[in-house]
Amino acid sequence: MSTPATLAARRLYAMVLRHLYLLRKSWVRVVEMAYWPTMQMVLWGFIAKFLATNSSWVAQVPGVLVSALLLWEILFRGQLGLSLSFIEELYSRNLGHLFASPLRPLELVAAMICVSAVRTVIGVGTAATLAWVLYKTSIFSLGLPLVAFFTNLLITGWGIGLMVSALVMRYGLAAENLAWGAIFVTAPISGIYYPINILPGWLQSIAWWLPTSHVFEGMRGVLMAGTFLWHELWTAAALNVLYIVVGLTLFLASFNGARKRGTLLQIGE
Amino acid sequence: MNETPPRGTHADHAIEVVGLVKRFGKVEAVRGISFAVPRGNATALLGGNGAGKTSTLSMLLGVLLPTAGSVTILGEDIARHRYRVLARMNFTSPYVDLPKSLTVSENLKVFAGLYGVPRVKARIAELVELLDIGDFLNRPYGTLSAGQRTRVSIAKALLNQPEVLLLDEPTASLDPDVGDRVRAQLMDYKRRSGATLLLASHNMPEVERMCDTVLMMRAGRIVDAGSPAGLIARYGRRTMEEVFLDVARAGGTVVAPGASEESPA
Repeated sequence: MSTPATLAARRLYAMVLRHLYLLRKSWVRVVEMAYWPTMQMVLWGFIAKFLATNSSWVAQVPGVLVSALLLWEILFRGQLGLSLSFIEELYSRNLGHLFASPLRPLELVAAMICVSAVRTVIGVGTAATLAWVLYKTSIFSLGLPLVAFFTNLLITGWGIGLMVSALVMRYGLAAENLAWGAIFVTAPISGIYYPINILPGWLQSIAWWLPTSHVFEGMRGVLMAGTFLWHELWTAAALNVLYIVVGLTLFLASFNGARKRGTLLQIGE
Repeated sequence: MNETPPRGTHADHAIEVVGLVKRFGKVEAVRGISFAVPRGNATALLGGNGAGKTSTLSMLLGVLLPTAGSVTILGEDIARHRYRVLARMNFTSPYVDLPKSLTVSENLKVFAGLYGVPRVKARIAELVELLDIGDFLNRPYGTLSAGQRTRVSIAKALLNQPEVLLLDEPTASLDPDVGDRVRAQLMDYKRRSGATLLLASHNMPEVERMCDTVLMMRAGRIVDAGSPAGLIARYGRRTMEEVFLDVARAGGTVVAPGASEESPA
């Protein structure tokens, strides 16, 4: 006898399976996942290596740029993985079949989150391995705090990914470019490669509303001072709750709007 | 399963629609239609482009929210118990595709999971035999011909052995031979399972062959209803196509017993 919980788990598994089937047979998609993190890491790795011999500041922390880059990729890949899982359904004109099945919107979101985690591990895992081979810089040297950073950045990516997916559901594939560009709006004020306090005051006020700013401050605390800044972790976590709630609310509102407008069966360009 | 239907519904009706309205801004796509489809019956929504057929089917699936009115399927109010009902029904439409990169077999496994189908392998094997899709079971859906895709879409629609099957132009874009086979397969399923079929179609011979009842729609309204033979006799015509043209062009408003704009049958 199937219980509602086991049926929900089967629906979630079915949606994850749908995307794993896609990845398994598309080496292009898998290569694309690893390509940009790897290219960025190679580029910044060599820059860091150069600076390490020419700057006393960076010389203290030769792995800081590469670590920052890899953490940034966790955020980017997490967001992209979720948004693209949704956009794949639009490409294949499959959304009508999904929403006319017993699949609930929140189960679809849960499946997109699982797929995003898989895509992030593939993409960032490849780059992290290469970073160790080329520069002997291991992101795992961050130790346990890495788990906290990884989790927070992934959740931020999911929150923003849900907001992007909501816009794509509202405006169709015309909004697809947001999936690729949205996260970069946060890049200059997240303090990925520099501390937040070098930003102008008014920008700092905005930056502290990003969970990412707190994560990257936390990363610098560990790498440069050997201190884990708990308050940064908790602030990032609290902001992430807000981002996920806003993302989910927008996604569900967009879903209900599409049901009112009748676009679920024909959403596309 | 509900033994006792909710108040106001009829236990023998698989589908009950009361006062259904859908407005898109100033455009009224569906204008207060009411009808009922008895269990085990095959009913057609017949009408020209823009008559409101697809909007009506979408509201029955719950993917389109009505402006007013109610839809009850298998004794459940679709507005309140949508997910419970969706597990017992299914649909196919030429306007919705399956993922093209996935093979037929992978697509069927994914949708079997979504519908909670028990013994997935055995069920897929049954459908492979019923719909004769074994030759391309391991080919990507996107590489199939229109006829093969339609058969796969119908296999997806039959996966959960639905009690109610909604079919939007089920044989559109098929050649007469494939179309004929698909119709035979659907009728075979209906006969064996006792399922209720509601189809929207432009194909008059299909409607004549498959349906017990026809609801003629024009401009969002049901303007006439009856059995294909009854309608043909009443209009003094030889085929449903001629009846369709009479209704579409002359604006017939005769409402047969069993269905009306005002009250469900």
